[in-house]
Amino acid sequence: MGELLLVTIQVDMHDRLAVQLQDDLTERISETGARGVLIDISSLEIVDSFIGRMIANIAAMSRVLDAQTVVVGMQPAVAITLVELGLTLPGVRTALNVEKGMALLRGAARSAVDRSSEPDIDAASPE
Amino acid sequence: MTTAAEGAIARILKSHEEPILDEWIRDQMTSFRQGGRISERELRTQSTEFLSLLQQAVQSGDVDIQSPTFGRVRDALGDISRSRAMQGYSPSETATFVFSLKRPVFQRLRQELGGDPQAFADASWSATELLDRLGLYTTEIYQRGREEVIARQQQDLLELSTPVVKLWDGVLALPMIGTLDSARTQVVMEALLQRIVETGAEIAIIDITGVPTVDTLTAQHLLKTVTAARLMGADCIISGIRPQIAQTIVHLGVDLADVSTKATLADAFRLALAKTGQSSPTGRARA
Repeated sequence: MGELLLVTIQVDMHDRLAVQLQDDLTERISETGARGVLIDISSLEIVDSFIGRMIANIAAMSRVLDAQTVVVGMQPAVAITLVELGLTLPGVRTALNVEKGMALLRGAARSAVDRSSEPDIDAASPE
Repeated sequence: MTTAAEGAIARILKSHEEPILDEWIRDQMTSFRQGGRISERELRTQSTEFLSLLQQAVQSGDVDIQSPTFGRVRDALGDISRSRAMQGYSPSETATFVFSLKRPVFQRLRQELGGDPQAFADASWSATELLDRLGLYTTEIYQRGREEVIARQQQDLLELSTPVVKLWDGVLALPMIGTLDSARTQVVMEALLQRIVETGAEIAIIDITGVPTVDTLTAQHLLKTVTAARLMGADCIISGIRPQIAQTIVHLGVDLADVSTKATLADAFRLALAKTGQSSPTGRARA
């Protein structure tokens, strides 16, 4: 467990699973003091408004716990569905794949370091 | 009454098939003289086939062209009409194929039944009815053929109008041409998002230089595309906004504040390169 948490959603999300994920994740963030959360949804092919809202909620909660959330690898069909549902996920950062998402978080962490001049914050490796 | 008349038509078609065919082809050739799009040989093949099929069908005494007896006649006529629709014949030119058969047939009928006005009138009426139905059928098939052509062209146009090109490493461009309606935007959006996944591009430039007008609906479609791309982790830049369109957008109250917009594709490209951290090609040739 390091600076970043990686959540990979590999099964079809159903509602209870999403709530459980929300619980687990907030727990882990406060436990580990993670600064960044990557949610990889590249194998998620079906979304509904509930899951869409769940993603937005998770992002908002992590932000409250001082961790940046990046949603990575969203499928085109999923993106179109969310837009048609009117869920544009404002405030959620996105990236094309895990690598780019990680670079984004590292970049954010580094600029935070520059501002507060804390040493060695991005040396920790992700999960 | 009809049976006698049909019998007369069947008899005449059978016994005078050769001369009727010759006269018919001559008539068709004169009416096609100005076009000259069809060779006499091709016309002869089509006419011979059709007339012999018609002759056989009429022998059964049936005059309903929808009946199974006329199945082969319909097929032959359908093929001819469809091929003429593809070749760009006018509907009347296509229908003339059937209608020009009237004169030779009537002439024979008169020769045969000239002495009996009653029988002649009956026979003419049946012949007219039969040929008119066939003529209408031709027109119907012709219309259907044309509709198929139009549908295919629409499909082609839809696919042609959405090219997603790769401009640079990690930079895609989508030059849009023509009016944006819901169906097209859907295709455009899917094509763009698919290419983003395939190429892993971080920046997509949507160039709307070729879009003549922008209304609220178009703007909304554009915003949806931009948002969907953002959800996938790619940034969109809209370029090619002409002065009138800029005015319209503001007058309509469309909020494009969250979207980067540039006047020209070149400006958008420069911004894209800056965002991806690559040097501008105008500054220095890139290795």
